[in-house]
This record gives sequence, structure tokens and C-alpha cells, in this order.
Amino acid sequence: MFKKNISPTTVPLRESLTLACCTLLNVAPEAQAELLEDIKVDSAVLVYSESDGRVNVVEPIIKLKSEIKEDQYLNVQIVLDALTGASPNGAQSSNIAQTFTSPSGNKTYTTDANTQPLDDTFHDTRVAISSTLENPLDRLRKNIWSASFSREYDWQSLSAGYTYKQDTKFKDTTYMLGTSLTSDAISPVGGAPIALATMKAPGDNSSKAADESRSTVDLIAGITKILNRKTITQLNLSISQSSGYHNDPYKIVSLIDPISGLPTSNAEKYIYESRPDSRQRQIIYWKIARHLTEDVINIAYRYYQDDWGINSHTIDLKYRYELSAKNFLQPHIRFYSQTAADFYRHSLKDNEALPEFVSADLRLAEFNTVTIGLKYGHKLANNKAISARLEIMQQTGNSQPADAIGAENNQDIHPDLSATILQFSYSFIW
Amino acid sequence: MLVLNYFKSTFITILSRGHVHPIKARYNCFMSAITRLILLLSFFIFSGCEIQPVKPWERDLLAKPSMQLTPDEVENALDEHIYFSKEASTGGQSIGGGGCGCN
Repeated sequence: MFKKNISPTTVPLRESLTLACCTLLNVAPEAQAELLEDIKVDSAVLVYSESDGRVNVVEPIIKLKSEIKEDQYLNVQIVLDALTGASPNGAQSSNIAQTFTSPSGNKTYTTDANTQPLDDTFHDTRVAISSTLENPLDRLRKNIWSASFSREYDWQSLSAGYTYKQDTKFKDTTYMLGTSLTSDAISPVGGAPIALATMKAPGDNSSKAADESRSTVDLIAGITKILNRKTITQLNLSISQSSGYHNDPYKIVSLIDPISGLPTSNAEKYIYESRPDSRQRQIIYWKIARHLTEDVINIAYRYYQDDWGINSHTIDLKYRYELSAKNFLQPHIRFYSQTAADFYRHSLKDNEALPEFVSADLRLAEFNTVTIGLKYGHKLANNKAISARLEIMQQTGNSQPADAIGAENNQDIHPDLSATILQFSYSFIW
Repeated sequence: MLVLNYFKSTFITILSRGHVHPIKARYNCFMSAITRLILLLSFFIFSGCEIQPVKPWERDLLAKPSMQLTPDEVENALDEHIYFSKEASTGGQSIGGGGCGCN
């Protein structure tokens, strides 16, 4: 499918890579012998940067696609995440400075008065490798096998999946059924905190326990249909069931005085969050692409709900405006709105009985996200292409909830989050 | 142009109200805008979307890379990862993928 002369010097590395991928997916040796076709390479570097000194991510990614036999495709994707900066620890800002024990349990960090508490010990590097093998059974049916592995300092994940696709006789409709199993091993820095235990002073590890794990089963059913010469659409239904450890080991909840709304006068002012040990998600996902006279409009909508009480709507709109045969501009708008988890609390009163589940993680609160962006793409000679995009993301929650007490009303309970996304891409045939 | 102006005014409405009113008002405004957008886009998209059989030799437009339902898989994967780590919702497009401690 991809035509280009192969330089003799490139073969050993290509062979090594493809052999590694085949090993991951257990491709038969005779298929490996065919792995000298040209490879389509999509590469990119993403720079994600949050305002106010929060999270910064540099994320290079490379995706290789090769037709190893007629209609049999092997895809391999490798991603590297390098995260630095500071992440909210869940505690509430206050009109006094606050001191927290770092996740490692051997030092402290302090947040100024009237400032959102951020854990500045946050940094991580993650590598993720995923691979799929598309294997046709006949003219209309296809098996897709997938495997992925990711590793970071405190998290390791292994996943395997299978998807079956079947076209109708005239190939205008495709049915899809798929499943995957994921196993996560979680080794938080300093140990996994005991749910609802209080944050201890440095050197006291009595609130920390052993490593944890989680397993997830995903099921998906979908239909893709060509509506007419200019329109194609897809509808997917998904269910995901996970069980095991779901807490964020680095998130805490503030205990406050029930009258003044200030941090409690007790010696221990924060507890570790507690989430249910299972989660079921249900998703409806719809997508449509329509060719206009020359431009293309692409719209996606997702409805999501889970048994934690969260439901959300996502609308994603891209409009590809063809400037010329080799250049395009693509504005992008994304709207997202979610309700809060049943157990989300921005803080707890120090005289109330601890609930079974509680989290002050802002990602489980009610909020909206709006993203706007623009992408420019340019085709080069010899099937090469470059593109760049710049997007701005703004997350807005309820900064003054009705249940705020006393001094809490002077604080921003849900600070806005602004982030800039910058990406450069380069595609070529290897 | 009329459509573009509509998008612009709707978007400005969302942004400007987002910093003034409490969350419920903002949420209602947001959902109202979304509903209006869906209705408008549905009309815009489906006005020419009657189902017609497409012969193999009529699939020139559908075969273009820009007409794929996910035209840029790398960009899509990066975006999925960003929003997975910043929002409570995830999934819908496909299955599996590497887990992550970012959420």
C-alpha cells in the first residue's frame, strides 16, 4: 500500500521494531518474513501547559502502520509522557498558610494563605506501547487483536483486547463487537494511604498500606454506516466495569470548623479520600463526517454515565477548511459538561461522622470545559505532511457552592483551570 | 456567514456568562447553548443526509483521508489522554488502551 524504495541502511532497525511488535502480538513467523513493506509513520510532539505553575507535559508520540500481508495491518504506537509542575492535592484554600506531608511521607510542603493547595512534588515519566493487528478472515470479516503496556513510576498497566468487524455485502455498513481486559498494578509513592485515615506528620507511616491493583473489562458494540456519497456516521455503545483500587492516593479532604469554616483546630486537619472499589461506566458515542463542496465537517457527541453519579455530555466539532490542494485550516471547538460524583465534597466538617466514600478531587465535581483551537496542515512531496495546532482549554466549576460555611465563602472553592495545548506533527513513509 | 456568526455569539455568551453567574446559571446557559448548537448542527448536517446507496466507484470522496471518522489518530490519542486525566468521563470511541495513574 505504501510505496517507497527502502534504503538498505534502514532495514535492520525496521526489522528489529517489527519483530518486537510481532512478538508482542504473537504474530506467526511466516508473517514476520513479510515485514519488509514500507511503513507509514505518524509522529508528533505535544506540549500541554497549565497556567499558575500547574502541570506541564511534553509528550512525543510515534505511530507506525505497515501492511504486512494483503489487507493485514500491524499498528504500533509508542508514547512518552514527561510531567512536571504541581497538582491540586484536594485540600481547600484557606486564609492561613497550610502545611502538608508530601506523598513520600518524609517531608512537608507549605501553601500560602488564599492559595489553592498544590503538591509541587508531583513529577512523573510514563511510557506506553500499544499495538494492533488487523487480520482479515475473508472479504467482509476482520479480526483485530490489540495489546498495550504502560509503565510509570507508581503505575503499571497491561491490556489485551479483541474486536470483530463485519461488513455487509456492499460494504456500506460495518458492525463491530469488541472486548478488552486491563490489569493495573498501583504502587503509590510512600505507599497507598488507608481510606479516611488522617494525614500524619513526616516519618509516621501509620496511615499508609501496601500496593494496590485494579482490573477492568470493556465491552463495545458499534455500527458504521455510509449514508450517501458524502456522509459517513458511526454509533458505539460501550460498557466498562472496573474493580479494585479507585482512590487517587495523592488526594486528601480538608476537615473544617463547622462554625467558622476555617481549618479545624484539631491536630490532624486532613484525611485521605475514599472511593468505591468498583465503577461501571456506560457510554453512547456518535460521530459523523460530511464532505461539503470541498471542506469536511466532523462532529462527535458522547453521553456518559457511571454508577458514581456522574453523567456528562461532550460535543466535538472540527471543520476542515481546504485553503488549497496542499494546505488546510481546521478550527476546533469542544464542549464538555459533567455532574458531580455522589460522594464529592469540597470539605468535611470536623464534627460530622465520616461518610463511607468521600473525595474532594475537583475532577469529580460539577464543571464545564470549553476548548477552542486551530490547526494548520501542509502536504509536502513524497507523501510527507506536517501540521501544527494550538488550542486553549478552560475548565470552570462552582467557586461559591451553597454549602460553603463561614470563611469558606471568601475562598475560591473550585478554581478555574486554563491550559494551552500545542502540537507539531510530521508524517512520512519509511 | 450566518452560521459562523451564530457560533460566535453562542460561544461568547457561554464565556461571558461563565465568570458572572453561579454554577447552576452557567450550567443551564451551557446546556441551553449546547441544545441550540445540536439543533442547528443537526439541521445543517442532515438537511443533505438522506440515505442513498453508494456504488464502489462513487466512493472517491469517502476514500479521502480527511473523510475518515478519525482523520488524525495520533492527535485523537493525545486528546483522549489529556481529557482522561482532567475529566471524570472517558471512552466511547474504542476499547482498552493503556491505563494511567493520571486519573
